Amino acid sequence: MSIRERLSGNEAVATAMKQINPDVVAAYPITPSTEVVQYFSNFVANGTVDTEFIPVESEHSAMSACIGASSAGGRVMSATSSQGLALMFEMLYIASGLRLPLVLICANRALSAPLNIHNDHSDSMGVRDAGFIQLYCESNQEAYDNAIMAVKIAEQANLPVMVCYDGFITSHSIENIELLENEEVQKFVGKHEPHEYLLDESRNISIGPLDLQKDYFTHRIKIAEAMKAAKPIIKKVSEEYAKLTGRKYDLYEKYMLDDAEYGIVVLNSTAGTAKDVIDELRKQGIKAGLLKPRAFRPLPYEEIPNELKHLKALAIMDKSDSINGFCGPLFSEITASMYSQNVHVPTVNYIYGLGGYDVKADDIKEVYSNLQEIAQSKGNYEIKHYLGINYGGENDGI
Amino acid sequence: MKKDISIGSNILRDGNSVEFKTGAWKSRYPSHSKEKCKNCMMCIPFCPEACIKQENNILTDIDLDYCKGCGVCAKVCPFNAIEMKDTHDSKKEVD
Amino acid sequence: MQVGHRMCAGCGAPPIVNQVLRALKDEDNAVVSCATGCLEVSTCIYPYTSWRNVSFVHTAFECTSATLSGAERAYIALKRQGKLNKDKTTKFIAFGGDGGTLDIGLQSLSGAMERGHDITYVCYDNGAYMNTGTQRSSSTPHFADTTTSPAGKVTNGKMQKRKDLTEIMVRHNLPYVAQTALYGNLKDLYEKAEKAIYTNGPTYVSVLSPCPRGWGYPSDDLAIVSKLAVDTCFWPLYEIENGVYKITVKPAKKLPVEEFLKTQHRFKHLFKPENKWMIDEIQKEVDEKWNYLLMMEEKTANS
Repeated sequence: MSIRERLSGNEAVATAMKQINPDVVAAYPITPSTEVVQYFSNFVANGTVDTEFIPVESEHSAMSACIGASSAGGRVMSATSSQGLALMFEMLYIASGLRLPLVLICANRALSAPLNIHNDHSDSMGVRDAGFIQLYCESNQEAYDNAIMAVKIAEQANLPVMVCYDGFITSHSIENIELLENEEVQKFVGKHEPHEYLLDESRNISIGPLDLQKDYFTHRIKIAEAMKAAKPIIKKVSEEYAKLTGRKYDLYEKYMLDDAEYGIVVLNSTAGTAKDVIDELRKQGIKAGLLKPRAFRPLPYEEIPNELKHLKALAIMDKSDSINGFCGPLFSEITASMYSQNVHVPTVNYIYGLGGYDVKADDIKEVYSNLQEIAQSKGNYEIKHYLGINYGGENDGI
Repeated sequence: MKKDISIGSNILRDGNSVEFKTGAWKSRYPSHSKEKCKNCMMCIPFCPEACIKQENNILTDIDLDYCKGCGVCAKVCPFNAIEMKDTHDSKKEVD
Repeated sequence: MQVGHRMCAGCGAPPIVNQVLRALKDEDNAVVSCATGCLEVSTCIYPYTSWRNVSFVHTAFECTSATLSGAERAYIALKRQGKLNKDKTTKFIAFGGDGGTLDIGLQSLSGAMERGHDITYVCYDNGAYMNTGTQRSSSTPHFADTTTSPAGKVTNGKMQKRKDLTEIMVRHNLPYVAQTALYGNLKDLYEKAEKAIYTNGPTYVSVLSPCPRGWGYPSDDLAIVSKLAVDTCFWPLYEIENGVYKITVKPAKKLPVEEFLKTQHRFKHLFKPENKWMIDEIQKEVDEKWNYLLMMEEKTANS
């Protein structure tokens, strides 16, 4: 039986965590993920969950305590954003390096400086090589669903999972949502059965050794292989979830893409805006479509290019910038995937919405309109664009 | 039956560094005199290698496979029952 | 610890660790967590571990307290759910050097102690970053020569006084805080370790850990250098149990601090005639601390 509710993204995720009932949650408040921790503390205070909550003194300690609890044999979750995720950077690599199946909720927010509390993807993109599986969510419903699936994916892949959704846009907006019953979630995630853990009463183990060159290289390859092997795991867990809920998830979602001439690749909530624009453009006879990656880690590098190869022009939209003098991270990874699969489509990069700068339907329309020009341009076009903002160059004294 | 090979870099065995001998590090070795030794056991907790063995409160052996020749035992011994000798001489003794 | 670890010959840390773990009851389990440092990189080199009869975890340099606090909470959660033997007890013990404790690990330590986890933190304090080659830490003694506070023409070693973490831990209102060393027959260390491990709640033990290489003394002088540190009151042995101070070793004859200083190369420059004021200064600091402890012992005795 599903329960109909109206919840903010943060409340939906906190509800998922309540239903998962993890052994340990260690977290530190940071906008815009703070509410997750607040709601969850209430569950702890009222005995709704059995979880040991550790109100740590920093995000670095939050991830460290999660690692300690997970390596001890517990099912472990946490939540953070922005600077908090940046402070965890060192420990994220250790969580994945130790092959710990913990789940980290990330309400995406811009990184300093300048200080900004609003949404972009600089934080989770900044840790894209940390060895976390990364699942991106368009809506509150997706955030809820992915939080539940993340537990199972992590424990099967022996890798940590980060569930990313847009700060404020998703975290604080109230939407209609369908929830599972507590028992259904419990049954779906099942019992946590760690293989190698500190509190194993049948043997003593040592976790986190120093590796010399050859062992280090070998262990790092194992992590990379585990990430590759996570692809079928994500698909399988999503299929099981679809049987339970009727809500289907894959490594990515397509919208009007199969017969499209002009496509965009975009993450999270902006995909919702873009779908409305596509509906409107389709009525005008413009064949617009989109691809929304759900899994950015592992990168569906074989599948995605295949979905894009028929396009006349493609825009890859990045809500963060790599500051590499060229493009954003999604652009570099998707174009590299396309090249590796011998898919060659005129492709441009749009950096949009940094620091939560509003992305309107008209902005997305502008992207599709430019794509139509690019398709005609015979290769004479700019690769990198900043969307919806009047930037007057280096001397722009706004 | 639990696997002996870790999914990551975990070490699933307890205290297996016993397989890694550090005795070759030393340039001096402790020579223990049973006559002088009063089995006071001062040397045992001080030994950084924990390679001085005892049975029923009798010092039985200093395990040279692990001893790094630091000489701490010889200095803490109140009865001068441990003397540090050159490993060069040790080879002679073995020969 | 098992034989086959790769600490330097004559290092003070292994006897400290062994004596602390001896205080663990045979029937109890333990999870040991280490900050990155000499002890960690020498005792757990894949595929070998020197940790025996305990489980061991290392994550990073500054967060061994947070890591252990997570393990301790998982223990509570799993035990409550009946996933662990209810008749078995597991203890949680962290080891960190002074760098991983007083400097980079201070925030994590303070947080874990304030939250009241049932863990024992043991700092093996050798007064510098020995693992990377004797760089100064906030625990380096005043005027000591290190590779980042060298005795030069303009400055004379570390120009700042040592941070007193033991007192900082006392101000965290912990049920048990102690300072000890490899002294005498190591009874002082054993008893303090036992009290720390078997006191409910967060406890802290600071142990002087001589380092032949970093301090510049012959490797066989471990016991002598430790003894002089105590007999000069450079390193007083005391404990604070629920706020009550007790000096556990009062030297029959308090020796001048130079008796300790002169055994080590790191203080060699202090013995130039023009630098006598530095020894006087150290003596003054030692006396102040010692008098403070005597005063606190008296003041808290009947509280």
